[in-house]
This record gives sequence, structure tokens and C-alpha cells, in this order.
Amino acid sequence: MNPAISANELAKWFGEGDLKTYAVNDVTFEAYFGEILFIVGPSGSGKTTLLSIVSGILRPNSGTVVIDNVDIWKLEPDQIAQFRLNKVGFVFQDYHLFPRLTTAENVAIPLILMKKDWDESIREATRYLEIVGLGNKVQLPPVKLSGGEQQRVAIARALVSQPDILIFDEPTASLDGDTGRRVMEFVKTNVLNDKRCILIVTHDSRIFEYADRIMKMEDGRVVGIEKGASH
Amino acid sequence: MKGILRIAFKLLVNDKGKYAALLVGITFAVFLMVQMTSIFSGILMKSSSTVINLGAQVWVMDPAVNNVASSIPMPDYVLDTVRSIDGVKYAVPLYSGAALVKLRNGIFQSVTVVGLDDNSLFGHPELVEGKIEDIYAENAFIVVEDAEIRKLGYPTVGTDFELNDHRGVIVGIARVAASGLFGIPTLYTTYSKAIQYIPSTRFTISYILVEPKSSDAIPHIQQQVKRLGYEALTKDEFMQKIANYYKYQTGLGTNILIMTVVSFLVGFSVSGQTFYTFILENLEKFGALKAIGAKGSELVYMILFQAMFTAMIGYGLGVGLCTLIITIAKLRIPDYSANITYTTLGFAFFMVLIIAGISSYIGIRKVLKIEPFDIFRG
Repeated sequence: MNPAISANELAKWFGEGDLKTYAVNDVTFEAYFGEILFIVGPSGSGKTTLLSIVSGILRPNSGTVVIDNVDIWKLEPDQIAQFRLNKVGFVFQDYHLFPRLTTAENVAIPLILMKKDWDESIREATRYLEIVGLGNKVQLPPVKLSGGEQQRVAIARALVSQPDILIFDEPTASLDGDTGRRVMEFVKTNVLNDKRCILIVTHDSRIFEYADRIMKMEDGRVVGIEKGASH
Repeated sequence: MKGILRIAFKLLVNDKGKYAALLVGITFAVFLMVQMTSIFSGILMKSSSTVINLGAQVWVMDPAVNNVASSIPMPDYVLDTVRSIDGVKYAVPLYSGAALVKLRNGIFQSVTVVGLDDNSLFGHPELVEGKIEDIYAENAFIVVEDAEIRKLGYPTVGTDFELNDHRGVIVGIARVAASGLFGIPTLYTTYSKAIQYIPSTRFTISYILVEPKSSDAIPHIQQQVKRLGYEALTKDEFMQKIANYYKYQTGLGTNILIMTVVSFLVGFSVSGQTFYTFILENLEKFGALKAIGAKGSELVYMILFQAMFTAMIGYGLGVGLCTLIITIAKLRIPDYSANITYTTLGFAFFMVLIIAGISSYIGIRKVLKIEPFDIFRG
């Protein structure tokens, strides 16, 4: 199978000399199109750092990340930003929606950054809000929505640019159990497809059932990859 | 408008509380700066009113003179010598002095008396009532119809008064380009009558007004006058000398400068701090934009746009408010000296750009420093 992400011997450390601490140490893995890969582990195990490295946000000290036959860390900073914009969709733990913009405007942001026409971007954003079931709330600011609805707005924003890779950081951390499961159900059913790879960092064992594979990390190292219940 | 700037615009104006605070800060700063500099400009214009109104190209005076009101009389030979300088088309004497008039109701009132050359009446004001040749009549004076005329009881042609036990009669009412600084009415008469009516020193010529044959002759005239121990200044040079006197020798300029700096600092601290808070509150969102794929330059454009947009709106409001206040003040206080000029507007615009520039610089530094990784780490 063709890997969506190929990470090889990644290492990231902070500090120097005696203070040198590895956040990610000698990590090699592949993530494939059409799968949901969970990255799990205790706090400080390096999951978020690894997610940042493979999504083009944090430069590793060594190793390579190949996406679409391109070693992304050999690109210039502006090219990496462009790569993130075109290839990666992010759903942040705290959503990071702009409270002063409408939900449609929030969702349209990636398209606007791609320099698409404003009205066209809003139309496309509205379409994606309809897909996530919020077609009747396009004009509302995010603060008027529930936590689950805000999560779906964030998903719509991540999807609107049709990225190959979706990154979810603790997607259910701010949601109750039922809402969390509904969101994951939606992701599994409506977001995942054969041309998309989804990486999810989570502590929440209640949603492990939605994983195709689960990669466990400890002390910056991958200690095991196992098949998820969904496989 | 580019989409990214439209987002910046919406982020700014939809945060109504902060946007209002930003506008209030900048509007207040602009208002104070324009007000202060306009008052200063008005004072400087009024202090040179005689120079403006008489319109002579070159003024000859004692070098110690630093403003029109403090003339030092010159002997008659200076006039004769100036007339003989190459390049002088003609030169006429001017009397300018203060006097007390006693009105019909018994009230005394200070006035400025301008004595024009008897032969040419060079520099006479435009008459709105009466005929200029009536100035040659016995006891004749022309009164200037400006904000101060009320202090003479709104005289009309034929109104008489006393001036040093001499009878004076108003034969004409004139209009001038600029009224004086000290709130004193102005009377025009002939040079000979002025020195006859007003107690004088041995020398009587306050200024010599020179019309050069051409502007090229002015440097030569100035050089020759300097040889006599006197000073010949062009109209602009004399106005500059007067302005320098008020700016640097009266404390007026320093006070206005201090007030302007305080206005700038108040405006800067209010709007700068508010803008900084605005950036801080949106910092994580800017970080999220970076993570999504916004380039650093795009975030810089957003912040610069927000700062400049606020600055321009605040500038417009500040200038508008100042214009309104000055207009109302002038309607109620006719001799209120404030004058909005392109220079004062340009100065305030420049200062507002500085406020916007520094405010946005602080915000830009903060936004460029934030790493998208920090957003993941929370």
C-alpha cells in the first residue's frame, strides 16, 4: 500500500549538553491513505511533538518526513507553510476558532489563505458546514455553538481545503463521552476516504475503537503499533 | 479587498469594545495635537498680522526688533539712504505704535495706530465703507472692522473720539487679511498725522517699507542696509523672525511642544496598549493561522492593515472633532486664535503614523515569535 506519510529515524531534542532531553527519539513509521492512525501514550511521551514534526510545524533535529514523494523538511519555510495549507488539515484541541468571525468565515480561512475569492470561499465553507450538519448556523459566531458543534466547525475548517492528511489533536478532550463518540463516528463515516490519512493524538481510550492502527509511544520512542478495533 | 485583509478588518471591527478604545485613543491624540498646533499656528499668524496686511516685500528695521509691536524708531536719514540704494523702486516710512483713545462714553481703550506714507498710502487696507482719500482730512482715521471693533463701540463713519487730547474722526471702515494677536483695535491714518497725535521719541520711523525693482535686487538691498547698521528682511523672513521670537523667547513654543508631546504620549499609550492587548488576545488564533498555512508576511499585512485602518479613522475623527470645536469657538469668540493649516494636519498625520507604526511593530514582533507548535502544546 502507498504510504501517505513516511517518517524515518526522526529525532527531536530540546536543550544541549547535560540538559539535552529527547522529545522524539529514533521514530520510524508509515501512515497510509484510508486509515485512521492513533498516536497514544502518557503525557510527555512525545506524541504531540511527533505530530508537529510530521505535519510540517516543528523541524526535527534529524530524520526525514516524506509526503507525496517530497521530504518536507528540505523545503523553505514559506514552502512548508504552503505545503501545510494544501496538504494538511488541522483540528486543534481547543479548536482555535475566531470568536469575532462567523462559523462560515472561520471555515473559509484556509481557502482565503489560498487566495480564493471571498464569496466563493464562503459558499464552499457553507457547503462543508452543511456536510458536518451545521448548515443552519453559518452566520453564528462560534461562541454561540456547543462544544460538539465547535468541534465540527473545526473539522469543517480542516476539510474545506480537501487535504490529504488530517491531524486531530486530542479531539475529544473537551467533549463528553457521547459527543466525543458522535464526532468520531462522523469522522470515520464522512471524513475518512481512500485518499485521506487521519492521524489522531489522544489519551481518550473510549475512542480507541475507531482506530485502524494504534501507535504507542513512551519516552519519545514508539514502543508498539497494533491494529485497532476498527481494522 | 484581499481576503486576508477582510479577515483582519472583521477581527478588528467586530471586537467593538477594543476597536472603540483604539479609536478613542487615536482620536483624542489627534484632536489634542491638531488643537495645540492650530492654536500655535493661529498665534503665529496673528503675531505677523501687520506684516501680512501691509504686504510690503522688504521691511527695514533695527536689528533688535523681534516682533512688529516692539519697533525701534529709526532716524530719517535711513529712509533717504535706503531710497538711494540700487534696486530700490521706492521706499516709504511706516509708523506703528500704541495709543489710548477716549470714546464718547468716556471709556479709554488701547489701540494700535498705523501711520501710512502720506504720499503713496502704501499698504492701505481695503475699505468697505468710506473713501481712502478721506484719510487726508483733518483728524481722519480709518478703523479696521475685525473682532476688536466692538471694543470701540462699533464706530461708523463720522464717529469721533479723543486721542491724546486731539479729536479723531472715523472716515472709513476697512477690512484686513489678519487681525492682531493682542485683542487691540487698529486705526489707520497718515504717517504725519500719527507722529503729530502720538507722543514720539526723537526718531519716528518704525519701519521702512521697500519695493524692490525685482526680487533679484533684494540681496543687494539687504547687504547695503546691513552696512548702515540696520536690517532688511523680506516679508517671509520677518514673519519667520517673529515666529522664532514667540517660539523660542516667550516659552510659548516650548509649552505647545510639551503639550503636543503629552498628547502624543497619551494617545500612544491608550491606543498602543489597547492594540497590544488586542494582539495578545488573538495571539493563539494567529498561531493557529500560522499552523494552517498563513505565511509570516500575511500576518504582518493583517496587523499593519488593522493598525493603519484604525489610525486613519481615528485621524479623520480627530481632525473633524478639532475643526468642529475651533469653528464653534470662532463663532462664539471672534478673536479666538486657532488656524488649522496643511502643516498642522501633516504633522498630526505623521505622528499618527508613528503611533500606528510602533503599535503594530510591537504586535508584529509578538505574532512572528509565536510558533505553531505552541498551539499544539497549548
